[in-house]
Amino acid sequence: MTSSTRAPFEYAPAPESRSIVTIAPSYGLFVDGEFVDGSGEPLKTVNPATEEVLTEVATGTSADVDRAVRAARKAFEKTWGPMRPADRGKYLFRIARLLQERAREFAVLESLDNGKPIRESRDVDVPLAAAHFFYHAGWADKLEHAGLGPDPRPLGVAGQVIPWNFPLLMLAWKVAPALATGNTVVLKPAETTPLTALLFAEVCRQADLPPGVVNIVTGAGETGRAVVEHEDVDKVAFTGSTEVGRSIARAVAGTQKKLTLELGGKAANIVFDDAPIDQAVEGIVQGIFFNQGHVCCAGSRLLVQESIHDEVIASLQRRIGTLRVGDPLDKNTDIGAINSAEQLARIRELSDIGEAEGAQRWQPACELPERGYWFPPTVFTDVSPAHRIARDEVFGPVLSVLTFRTPDEAVAKANNTTYGLSAGIWSEKGSRILKIADQLRAGVVWANTFNKFDPTSPFGGYKQSGYGREGGRHGLAAYLESTR
Amino acid sequence: MSDRLAVRKTYKLYVGGAFPRSESGRTYEVTDARGHFLGNVARASRKDARDAVVAARGAFARWSGATAYNRGQVLYRVAEVMEGRHVQFCEEVSAAEGLSGSKARAAVDAAIDRWVWYAGWTDKLAAVLGSANPVAGPYFDFSLPEPSGVVAVLAPQQSSLLGLVSVLAPVLATGNTAVVVTSAERPIPAVTLGEVLATSDVPGGVVNLLTGDAEELGPWLAEHADVDGIDLTGAPASRAMEFEREAAGTIKRVVRPPATEPDWTADPGLSRMTPFLETKTVWHPIGI
Repeated sequence: MTSSTRAPFEYAPAPESRSIVTIAPSYGLFVDGEFVDGSGEPLKTVNPATEEVLTEVATGTSADVDRAVRAARKAFEKTWGPMRPADRGKYLFRIARLLQERAREFAVLESLDNGKPIRESRDVDVPLAAAHFFYHAGWADKLEHAGLGPDPRPLGVAGQVIPWNFPLLMLAWKVAPALATGNTVVLKPAETTPLTALLFAEVCRQADLPPGVVNIVTGAGETGRAVVEHEDVDKVAFTGSTEVGRSIARAVAGTQKKLTLELGGKAANIVFDDAPIDQAVEGIVQGIFFNQGHVCCAGSRLLVQESIHDEVIASLQRRIGTLRVGDPLDKNTDIGAINSAEQLARIRELSDIGEAEGAQRWQPACELPERGYWFPPTVFTDVSPAHRIARDEVFGPVLSVLTFRTPDEAVAKANNTTYGLSAGIWSEKGSRILKIADQLRAGVVWANTFNKFDPTSPFGGYKQSGYGREGGRHGLAAYLESTR
Repeated sequence: MSDRLAVRKTYKLYVGGAFPRSESGRTYEVTDARGHFLGNVARASRKDARDAVVAARGAFARWSGATAYNRGQVLYRVAEVMEGRHVQFCEEVSAAEGLSGSKARAAVDAAIDRWVWYAGWTDKLAAVLGSANPVAGPYFDFSLPEPSGVVAVLAPQQSSLLGLVSVLAPVLATGNTAVVVTSAERPIPAVTLGEVLATSDVPGGVVNLLTGDAEELGPWLAEHADVDGIDLTGAPASRAMEFEREAAGTIKRVVRPPATEPDWTADPGLSRMTPFLETKTVWHPIGI
């Protein structure tokens, strides 16, 4: 079912120029400060908005990963580990500045490779990535004040595997704290979004970061497995699906490796009848359609108090009707491309199951480009807690709406999930917000806002959304051996 | 010397605030360090472990929702009540571990003092482990520690009381509820501790003590979907990796077993509390 909401006026195209970006015909691995060939069959990375092949990227085999780990070990022992902490911090400050200097280039490249709107890559991903390096740079020579004992020690070599939804930002979340705490890293970017990580390698060179401190090994799942299972890796950090998280936790069982996992979510966004409806609707839209819903902490379950259900849904549909879906490089685009054909197929499958199980699908009238991977913003009403669209992480622009009558019911429904990454509360009553925030079993609770991130603010899940935190003082603990 | 015939105790489980026998009807013979018969102790079964998890889950909301001050007073009360049973604990620890009187006394003293130490932590954790986060925007943003939920504890096999208290008290101080598998060969001080807990204002179900075999019960607790974390300290070395793998299926928080049983008299720091604490971060706009 579609509505025929029309935008009140048409927008002229406002494309960001891609001329700032130069994409080489092929890329190698970044190991020990050099770009080297990978031994595996190269991967093609495509622009999901056009299906254009952007370039070919090397695949690292276990032998390549081994070279990278040895380079990281050597750097840990010879340069990065013994370095004065203040100097480590200075390198990170340099990297933060370089990211700011080349921000537009990173933003355009990210939108090309990932499909996210330039408005988001420009205003969220890249500035936050730079902020993460800036924040952690300052920690490098103050770790004894981090509350982890008088003499916290780095773990050694960190193996890090990151997802495709925020390629550069997740790199920053992983690399910045690892380096600030004196570790060296081997990072495996996602197979569909390797390009900003490779551009980051160039930033490391411009910063004169010593060889081996950051190594980037591209590839798919097998490459990631080689990183996680390498014997000389002391720390594994993973962001991605709960399913892969389980297999990683199994793989490190019985070893001395430290592990942090940032996994899936199915966040409840709870709207009470005393909420400011217009603000809440903005927050609902921001919660589920930000980054095409490819967000582990997306507000994918809207829990709306029964008495305001119809009003909220009408207002929400009106608002969604004004969202612009299309060219990620257009500065007016709100919703970009789905990152891959595979992810699009999963979103379609779960949406079809939603309908088959009895929920009502609503999508606005919107024209989708002919080529590329697209899915319109979608709202399911009449969703029951047993429906798969209420339980499974869709990781797409699909909102499931459920209702509640009392605050207790809202909490019970919100917590009725194996996940526990994030949640939202919309209410004008302070004491209610604090009470509900206390009862929600989730690592991040946004009250009268949603999807806000900051390097000073710890992020991470309860339950099967993972363990460990990223950001803030808490995030340092993931990379340090505490002495207390 | 009295010629009165002693009244012996039936050693049972402690689950949900009550003292049931194992539903399996099984017991096993426990002897002192010299091999003399001490008693037939309940051998907990898989079903007992599951019942204990249900009890622990049921008790979680109240225990985690109690004020930190209240939890601290309850844990201090455990120390007070243990003090009153000092002689009994010394005899039982001495028998279980084959310690001299003075060494057993030192272990019991340390165990009681450990409760006092953790009792004092309950209302300081949020200040030490929480934070106000200066985000770059008009938001009030703070982070607080919260308990993970139900924690399964495979207690140390050697240190029957001090080791047990050292792994249990931090789980409780942080607001978690516990299902504990005691030392298999030295369970009797744990049974007595259960009696102390039952009379110390610790709500029923907050601590559940299963006497029996960690090797048998470990896998069920490691894979149980309603257990949030597991401390493998007392797991048999040959099985610990398998238990950790089972725990991965539900992304449990895991404390790996040490290579050898640690020196329980050492200052534990925060190392046994942080593994079973989550961090919750709350954002709210300012002036919008």
